[in-house]
Amino acid sequence: MTTNTTTGTTANAAGRPAGGGAPVSLRDLARSFGGVRALNGLSLDIAPGELVALLGPSGCGKTTALRILAGFETADSGTVSVDGKDVAAVPAAKRDMGMVFQSYSLFPNMSALENVGFGLRMRKLRAASRRRRAAELLEMVGLSAHARHFPHQLSGGQQQRVALARALAIEPRVLLLDEPLSALDAKVRLQLREQIRLLQQRLGITTVFVTHDQEEALSMADRVGVMKDGSLEQVAAPDELYNHPATAFVAEFVGTMNRIPGELSDGRVSALGTVVGTHAGGVHPADGSVDVLVRPEGLRVAAIAGGNGIVTDRTFRGSQTRITVLLSQDVAVQVDVASSTAGPLLPGTSVQISLDGSPVLVTERR
Amino acid sequence: MAAVIGEELAGGTAPGPLRAARRRRSLPVWRWIILVLAGVYFLIPLYAALRFAGIASFGQVVHQTGFSDALILSLKLAVITTVLTLALMVPTTVYVHLRLPRLRRLLESVTILPIVIPPVVLIAGVLQVAPAYLKSTPYLLGLIYVILAMPFAYRSLDAGLRALDLRTLVDASNSLGAGWRSTLWRVILPNLRTALMSATVLTAALVLGEFTMASLDLYQTFPVWIVAFDQTSGPVSTAASLLALFLTWVFLLLIVTVGSRRARRTGGGQVDLFSVVRHETGRPGTGGS
Repeated sequence: MTTNTTTGTTANAAGRPAGGGAPVSLRDLARSFGGVRALNGLSLDIAPGELVALLGPSGCGKTTALRILAGFETADSGTVSVDGKDVAAVPAAKRDMGMVFQSYSLFPNMSALENVGFGLRMRKLRAASRRRRAAELLEMVGLSAHARHFPHQLSGGQQQRVALARALAIEPRVLLLDEPLSALDAKVRLQLREQIRLLQQRLGITTVFVTHDQEEALSMADRVGVMKDGSLEQVAAPDELYNHPATAFVAEFVGTMNRIPGELSDGRVSALGTVVGTHAGGVHPADGSVDVLVRPEGLRVAAIAGGNGIVTDRTFRGSQTRITVLLSQDVAVQVDVASSTAGPLLPGTSVQISLDGSPVLVTERR
Repeated sequence: MAAVIGEELAGGTAPGPLRAARRRRSLPVWRWIILVLAGVYFLIPLYAALRFAGIASFGQVVHQTGFSDALILSLKLAVITTVLTLALMVPTTVYVHLRLPRLRRLLESVTILPIVIPPVVLIAGVLQVAPAYLKSTPYLLGLIYVILAMPFAYRSLDAGLRALDLRTLVDASNSLGAGWRSTLWRVILPNLRTALMSATVLTAALVLGEFTMASLDLYQTFPVWIVAFDQTSGPVSTAASLLALFLTWVFLLLIVTVGSRRARRTGGGQVDLFSVVRHETGRPGTGGS
């Protein structure tokens, strides 16, 4: 089925050697629906065994990209290659890609075991070996006890785990996850997130994960691709994305970001009475009035009478407390401080807000 | 069904337990009154017919000339019509749901036409234009009955498909390596069992009871035979129609019972003659980018 399944002696529970994913390459994909451009020259290379998350607001084209990769949609232009081969002519049924969908996609007329065995049945595996393998997969997702249950007898989380087992049963070259957790409640979502990541790493399977939940993307992916208007704004490791966003959109979409008015000149920006350097890379506006983008942890706050801001709100978040401060010109910023020192910062308190001195990202004044 | 409607009727501002109590007190009385009224309305004519026919007539029915021929013809027509209708409507409805969802409204209005156009008009038109080799066989009726059954079959199938997340199921099936035939046969049809059952029941019932067209086409189907035989013996003819009624009823009951037992096993849905009610358990939206 794949070039990798026959090699290796250290086959794991799924009967597949570790590190058996295929490289995937998307080149200049474009796709329009009616007059709407869903994809606008998307290019992405995914290494074997890598988990890449496509993150973006709804309508940014991330699901379209996934559906083109799966073979459910065709691109107007551009190429999709898996293992170095163009798969344009290969129908979805022959692409060997496992997919887990956002909505519950188990076949209602089949038990959990039959659902997991469906792909193997389509591959003409004999009933006995099919059942054995489906049982192994169910055990892998911890649902052996539910093998005979029908989808309507399973909870949402269990259904998605069966769907995952079903997708993995065919030993796919690529695993596609289309917001598989968004229908689940918070606790189940967290558990399943870890389980998916663990299995993905163990099986070494190349995975594309589509989500609009940045926390999910940052915590699970090797690399995250942030999408906007049908193309990728930035593809980077989660910490890189968070600390060195390439564009203002990425900066503001990932994590919380404050916008503070500043004056740019000669690559240095003055804001809140401090002059700091700016990041290299990204699009730099011309000298003059700009907005400075700073994370809540990149600001310092001190309670001082006659300071440049007033505390308007505070939210306790465990070890950290997030303080909202109103500056002049109706600019509100959020600052994270250690909860142990946040005691005096009550709403109404006058405070001094300043930059911590590290380089910042600047963007055009809004 | 009744419980759901009752809940809506009793809705309002009363808090849960109070509302439930009020419902318990007031509804059963009305339920019984309506049941009795409906029962009287339907059963009195049946009882009158039974009295008129007399028990002895039932024994004579099967020995009457033309009885078995007419019954067999009607049954054959029922089978032919059902098979043709399903073969035509299932792929069409599935295709429209998957690929041409915007055509659904159009299809809905087209399929209502046979109900709006009187059967007399239809058969008169068909007999004008039908070629001789078709007019010389009773199975021409089967072809016309397909048109008559279309509104009912379409609505059953449409309701069944609406209850499924068809797009996702088909995508999932494709991604697992199933081609179109496997997807239709192993994924779509089994999950449409309830709707198929409902379409079958409605189509068969329609064919077994159709009189106007068969009569004008000059073929003696069972309803035509009953009317014709009425000239010979009123009581025996009445006994025959009662017998037909009970047989049809038992047949429908059988299909419905088998259908819902299977559906219960897989959590499919309930067989309902006019709609397919599916018990959805919190399916999430299918939005996304």
